[in-house]
Amino acid sequence: MSIVKPFWIARDYMKCSGCRRCEIACSLFHEGRIWPEASRIRVFMLVPGAEVSHFCSQCEDHPCIESCPVDALSVSKETEAILVDKEKCTACGLCIDACPGRVPHMHPTENYALICDLCEGEPECVKVCSEGGWNALRLVKKDELLCYRLYAKRPEEVTRGLVIGLYGEKGKELI
Amino acid sequence: MRGYAGKYLEVDLSTGKMEEVTFDESILRRYIGGRGLATRILWDRLGDRWETIDPLGPENILLVLTGPLTGFFPGARICISGKSPLTNGIVGSTLAGELPVELKCAGYDGIIITGRATKPAYLFITDSKAEIKDASHLWGKDAKETLKILTKEGRETLEKKFPGYGEWKEPAVIYIGPAGENKARVAAVCGKWTHAAGYGGYGAVMGSKNLKAIAAKGTGPLPEVNDLEGVRRLIGEVSKMSYRSDMWRRWGTGYAGYDVGARRSSEPVRNWQEEWHDERGFGVDRFEERVWVKRYWGDFGCPTTCLKIAMPKTGPFKGAITDNPDYEIQAYAGTNLGIFTPEENVYLAALIDDLGLCGIQTGNVLGFAGELYQRGILTKEDLDGIELRWGDTGAFAALIRKIAAREGIGDILAEGTHRAALKINEVKSVDVLRYAVVEKGMAIGAHGVRSGEDYVQNISYACSVQAGDHTSAAMLPIFESDSELTIMLHDSGVYCLFNTMEAEALDLIWDFFEAVTGWKIGPEEWYETTARRILHIQRAALLLGGPDLKWDPRVHDDNPPRFYEPLPSGPYAGKTVNKAEVERAKKEYYESVGWDENGMPKLEELKRLGLDGVARKLKELLF
Repeated sequence: MSIVKPFWIARDYMKCSGCRRCEIACSLFHEGRIWPEASRIRVFMLVPGAEVSHFCSQCEDHPCIESCPVDALSVSKETEAILVDKEKCTACGLCIDACPGRVPHMHPTENYALICDLCEGEPECVKVCSEGGWNALRLVKKDELLCYRLYAKRPEEVTRGLVIGLYGEKGKELI
Repeated sequence: MRGYAGKYLEVDLSTGKMEEVTFDESILRRYIGGRGLATRILWDRLGDRWETIDPLGPENILLVLTGPLTGFFPGARICISGKSPLTNGIVGSTLAGELPVELKCAGYDGIIITGRATKPAYLFITDSKAEIKDASHLWGKDAKETLKILTKEGRETLEKKFPGYGEWKEPAVIYIGPAGENKARVAAVCGKWTHAAGYGGYGAVMGSKNLKAIAAKGTGPLPEVNDLEGVRRLIGEVSKMSYRSDMWRRWGTGYAGYDVGARRSSEPVRNWQEEWHDERGFGVDRFEERVWVKRYWGDFGCPTTCLKIAMPKTGPFKGAITDNPDYEIQAYAGTNLGIFTPEENVYLAALIDDLGLCGIQTGNVLGFAGELYQRGILTKEDLDGIELRWGDTGAFAALIRKIAAREGIGDILAEGTHRAALKINEVKSVDVLRYAVVEKGMAIGAHGVRSGEDYVQNISYACSVQAGDHTSAAMLPIFESDSELTIMLHDSGVYCLFNTMEAEALDLIWDFFEAVTGWKIGPEEWYETTARRILHIQRAALLLGGPDLKWDPRVHDDNPPRFYEPLPSGPYAGKTVNKAEVERAKKEYYESVGWDENGMPKLEELKRLGLDGVARKLKELLF
């Protein structure tokens, strides 16, 4: 992955096969287990075919950081990822409400919020997605012209759009 | 124990009682999980009175089982079993999806369901907890509505139970459609909109228990494994093999709707009257161009993604959504009905999915009815006014709806081809069983044996303990990769056999079992003992049968009569199955798996494997 930092993980939902290897790879890297609910990227399937990979989109204005009452969140100088300080985080959930896409979620057994940390610069999810040739997740150079905040959306919101793209008029009946 | 969550959930729907059940390591090593463990559970609990158990009565047991490799080996599946209302034996019927992963993450390796709920119910499972919920509002709902409601309801329930967690992913769901509710024996247990465990007829069993669905959300990790690094490496290796093969990934089995008919002459055409066609308009290229809206679609961990989502965007069939259709449904809801366009095929496949029917069982009985209409045995009046001409999509659609609703003629056809034939024999006093292309009560897969060009052999259906199941075909030699005894391994470890189709992947399976469970199973233990135990129990249950139909191996271990008629058309015209060769192969097969000359598991073989109870029970059958 020879890409200049900072990069962004571009997502192409239509290309997602729903194989969820991203969840497997992410949880193996961060937790040493296959643990879909502890994965920092989660694939939602509110409508079959419209699989939505839900993970941090690194908003320019970091509303999650603003919301944190205990300064547990910070921006990585190296990757610009949001880093969660497990010791400081109290799992209060304010960052979830502050995030336009309600992206963070709680670790299923520990007391802190989970947010994609870009695997210290080599995201595991992107590796397996490229290996499969799906390229639903791809590393792209960050560009000031793009508003990354647009991608911070709730799974349901993304799905409502995707089903129209996939199934046209019919899509409206499916969600 | 590694690879297992360590407990099974037992639910008595009659009393609402739920408890946790465990099995010793010695049992799990001998029966693994999925299909294998199903045979053990069913035999232990029902074996001594097997022939009296009504598959659609409350005494039947519905099993929903994962295996140790589920979630680890690429391509997660779950195995549905019980006493089959089609064969009256035991069928291990699997479907893909996330339910098995959610179950294991919730702490359960499977669910054992007994009794019958007094009103429509569904099971909702979270971490080591389960509740029986009211499903009155879901009863009568089709696939898309059911899934839509359960997705919404499931997320809301989770949100309420665990506030502050963040966005809840949808629970994974298996369900029945109206066909299962109405106890049509041709009904499937379904997942997503298009996935189905059809063989066995377990949709009807779920319906007989008033159980509409099972939804699960687990938040734990998959169980601990013996060698995590090994598992990680093996997932990578098996995935890479599937990526490289590309063929299944790109076309799924959709290539075969044209190929199997045109080149191999083994595709059902108009109820198997022919097995050849040269309908280029039915080629996979046409499906690709015209109806595929998503080209790569898979389930948890799957590198192959043989599924494609299809939906016509214009014309009279606009908005009908199904998968590929895969080969079986291209054949059974296409060529077998004289239908040769992607749009019509997608429309019928989607209707079958929506109503919760099994595409193979339903397409087979539709073709059977079509032939009886062609021969003037069933008239327009018999068919409630439907003129069932080959290729008439509207007519077949109308009949599909009647079958799912068990309305009029549909009530007879919902029994499946074999039982429908017996009924029509009675009413019409004509032998129509000769037009029933079935094996021991169950429609066969869409692979004919007459041309000799397909993978199935002349004894594949005749000797299979899962009867017509084309994925579990009897093969010689018995240790071949596509033999029933090998498929049993996949159906007991419970993962997708499509990710084992590369030769090297098959070699890696033993390593995979060891990395996950720590057990060095290996071919010798498998083919000489474990697989044999499972096979013999399935065989015993199949031969005990009952209460409505029983099979005598001397009569019923045979091909459907149609396979002894010469192929009438195509490059293999004139070819047929030679009865003497079938008899020879049968004897060789029996000998290879430890059955006597009549196809009964030998006493010493059963004793060797510690199946004394099976031996005692089989003495009641005097063959």
